[in-house]
Amino acid sequence: MIEFNGVSKYYDGVAAVSDLNLRCPEGAFTVLLGSSGSGKSTTLKMINRLEPHDSGTLLFGGQDVRSIEVKSLRRRIGYAIQSVGLFPHWTVARNIATVPALLGWDRARIEARIDELLALLGLEDGRFRNSYPHQLSGGQQQRVGVARALAADPEVLLMDEPFGALDPVTRSALQQEVRRIHQLQGRTFVLVTHDVDEALLLADRLVVMDQGKVIQQGTPAELLSHPATPFVRDFFGGSELGVRLLARRTVAQWLRPGEWLEEMEPVDEQMTLREALSRFIELGCQRLPVQSADGERLGVLHFCDLAAQEPTL
Amino acid sequence: MRWLREPIFWLLLLSGVLLYGLPYSEPLFRWLFPDLANPLWRQQSFASLALAHLTLVAVSELVAVAVGLGLGLAVSRPGGQEFRPVVETIAAVGQTFPPVAVLAVAVPVMGFGALPALIALALYGLLPVLQGTLAGLAVVPTEVKQVASGVGMGPWRRLWQVELPLAAPVILAGVRTSTVINIGTAALASTVGVNSLGTPVIIGLSAFNTAYVLQGALLVALMAIVIDRAFGLCLRRLSRHAE
Repeated sequence: MIEFNGVSKYYDGVAAVSDLNLRCPEGAFTVLLGSSGSGKSTTLKMINRLEPHDSGTLLFGGQDVRSIEVKSLRRRIGYAIQSVGLFPHWTVARNIATVPALLGWDRARIEARIDELLALLGLEDGRFRNSYPHQLSGGQQQRVGVARALAADPEVLLMDEPFGALDPVTRSALQQEVRRIHQLQGRTFVLVTHDVDEALLLADRLVVMDQGKVIQQGTPAELLSHPATPFVRDFFGGSELGVRLLARRTVAQWLRPGEWLEEMEPVDEQMTLREALSRFIELGCQRLPVQSADGERLGVLHFCDLAAQEPTL
Repeated sequence: MRWLREPIFWLLLLSGVLLYGLPYSEPLFRWLFPDLANPLWRQQSFASLALAHLTLVAVSELVAVAVGLGLGLAVSRPGGQEFRPVVETIAAVGQTFPPVAVLAVAVPVMGFGALPALIALALYGLLPVLQGTLAGLAVVPTEVKQVASGVGMGPWRRLWQVELPLAAPVILAGVRTSTVINIGTAALASTVGVNSLGTPVIIGLSAFNTAYVLQGALLVALMAIVIDRAFGLCLRRLSRHAE
């Protein structure tokens, strides 16, 4: 969907990003991960031409972004940033309707779309519709921000540290929400963050950046199990890398089917191996029975299998 | 009955009472100023003077707002930023010239009448409007502007739908200051032969008739308070979204 080929961007002769080659495949959730100053935000803004690139080619849906008229390009791309980006003088409903109104949708269609999005983001309570942004909590504002970005059903959704200003509980709820919406709609999402756990939770495809360069890109599992450089290894927290790898895996794929343990409380198949590890230590045991959400006996998870590189199934 | 608690209602009522009631107050002023032969202004009606005064203020203020807002917008766009210091300096100089001096210079060139008065008033009212415009546009958060562009608004639409509404309260505060000052300054127009509420004041000063001065000054002050209050109401409506 989006392809950077040798893209560079300079500020006063200094490269903010240089010779960038990366791909955001259609329908995938791509996360650009890096510390501040790594050029990840600049990279994101080059996609909707808020920051024009200086050299190389940047393709959007197979077309050079420079050949697409800038307003129509931006209306095809949803854009969400930290909550301050809501228009403070407009109600929630009008904020969400921003892009549909620019595209000239008729009133009934816009109203229906607002209702749909408020429901999708868990804001269906009637009082939100006509509230102003400052009357909402940070988490609610961010939900409105995401709703606005999704409003015109864009081909691509760009998010720049959208959860940065939120408390951990709200952040985690919204991350789950965005993940769910992505799976539901199958759109191309690109998110920028410096939070490793957030990146691992959301990404189908992970791009680690440093000093304006791509250090490594691939699936989260590839990056965790084969970090290309010491920098990537450090970024994933060095000693915690293994635990983060476990957090990406679920119990369902690592259990031994056909076995069962009567005397113990079974765990859910959706549990991550990280949580299972914690359970093993907490209970001081070697084996855990696993059941599905509707109570079907699936098998037993063995402590020694946690260290295996490949699933047992 | 909420309007009963609104001060502007009572202020307007008081203005009406004074404009039409002062001609009947001769006994009061005769008692206050027993030495004066004519203690009550009778040359023109106070209502006609007030109307002339308001017209003078409205016309010159419209010019000041049009020019101040236009210049403020122009120098805050990417193309005009280089001119910002120059424009700010010129407006500040306009403010430092006393209006009386502008009148003194303008009259020999343009003769007596409304035009030199209007020019002096508009020049004097320019700076607060310009400053309000610049300050107002500066308070619009960068992120909001970037998102506006990011969702595909063109520069004009962004200005009209996002920047101006958010800057409006500060811009209006500038217009408010400018107008209230203008109401006081417009009284000076009477020195170049234009009718205003300053006429009784100027004539009273030259004829040592304190009663005239008092009557004119009272009405000018009241007008300033009423207009200031009206701006306050508008301002409250404009910033409703922040309440």
